[in-house]
Amino acid sequence: MISILRDAWTIASKDLSNEIKTKQTIGMMIIFSSLVVLIFSFAFDPTNNMVKAVIPGLVWLITVFSGILGLNRSFLSEHENDALTGLRSAPIDPSSIYLGKVLANFILVTAVQLVSIPVLFLLFDYRFFGKVSWFILVVIIGTLGFIIVGTFLAALSANAKNSEMLLPVLLLPLLSPLLIAGVQATRIILENEGIADAASWIRLMAAYDLLFLAACFFLFEFIMEGS
Amino acid sequence: MKKNTGIIDRLLLFTLIPTVFIALYLIFIWSPVEKFMGASQKIFYFHVGSAWVAFLAFGVVGYYSVRVLIKPRLQHHINAGISAEIGVLFTTITLITGMIWGKSSWNTWWTWEPRLATTLILWFIYVAYLFVRKMDGSMEKIARLSAVFGIIGVINVPIVFMAIRWWNTKLHPVVFGEGKNQSGGGVEPDMLVALLFSIFTITLLYAFLMRKGIEIEKMRHIVKKAKSKAMEKLAG
Repeated sequence: MISILRDAWTIASKDLSNEIKTKQTIGMMIIFSSLVVLIFSFAFDPTNNMVKAVIPGLVWLITVFSGILGLNRSFLSEHENDALTGLRSAPIDPSSIYLGKVLANFILVTAVQLVSIPVLFLLFDYRFFGKVSWFILVVIIGTLGFIIVGTFLAALSANAKNSEMLLPVLLLPLLSPLLIAGVQATRIILENEGIADAASWIRLMAAYDLLFLAACFFLFEFIMEGS
Repeated sequence: MKKNTGIIDRLLLFTLIPTVFIALYLIFIWSPVEKFMGASQKIFYFHVGSAWVAFLAFGVVGYYSVRVLIKPRLQHHINAGISAEIGVLFTTITLITGMIWGKSSWNTWWTWEPRLATTLILWFIYVAYLFVRKMDGSMEKIARLSAVFGIIGVINVPIVFMAIRWWNTKLHPVVFGEGKNQSGGGVEPDMLVALLFSIFTITLLYAFLMRKGIEIEKMRHIVKKAKSKAMEKLAG
């Protein structure tokens, strides 16, 4: 188990150092999420009071939309020079490839969120009354679930020629319970309606994360096997 | 072997044809017309039957997906795929008949009621599953990948179900039942007979479609193999 985690960290740090060198994916993701915010400012008049109702959904929308860009890259980039075969033949457990990718993608998306969510609040001039710590907890749990399923399906769809198109089609229906729970919990916390109401949504998200982490952890081997 | 399956197919077909006519008779002539909804209530029999078959078909997909992973065999892969196709077809029928029903009884094509939303998400998941099966690559690889996706999809369904119930009811407990409008009273006995018979008929139709689909898919594989063999011969 320790060795799996160590190998996972090696793979994650490889991906991250690659990313820090080029800054290509993360730049694109930040620009894209800002563009989504821009488009929404046209769709919903920011001076309107109604905007309050869409902000919780918007937080997750920019996360998912920009996250899909990064997820697409994470396994496609391994196809260059057939690096995936190298990873597969390395003397490591396939699950550690998965965990490493999850870790790298999670850090990437969190970095994007650190920029895009404050920008969202700023541009829509949203004052929120809830507790920041709970908001951060919900965002972290939700993002983790998104990355857990997303990374797995990115690995699955990377086998197809049209993987950029395939990934959202596979991912979005599977994310629906997480997104429902995430939006509801975010709304409750941002409106400071009492943590007790949000708790059951947070529990649902945590259960989703754990269940899918376990399932993907064991099933990942089958995706990596042969080709 | 070949002859044996032919007999089963023929038996299924010859029981299916009279059953369909009996079911149609029961639905349209024999069973009473509902007081409030009138004739549009008849859609109920098709709706429930196809919904049940859709769930059955997706259960079969899950079962064969697990079997593909345990022991990879072409047969399991084909079975799962055909079942998914039939399931998507019947989910589509369920959604469309449900919308017609909704229009005539609630005066709206669509409401975000838990059961509707779950069915829609189910439809999306299995359409995605069919996309995974259409990926290019070797047969074994696609079998494995689609089986993996099938399992993940099956895990997701109960979670979606729970989430959507909580979402709509604002955390109030839901009594497991036939929805708001049918609580209390239940179904008229005559209607129940017609309903059960139509469910039985559609299940029979599922079995028939399944067998035919598997046969066609197998033929397709044989043709594919022969084709690649011929190509090899021409090239070499």
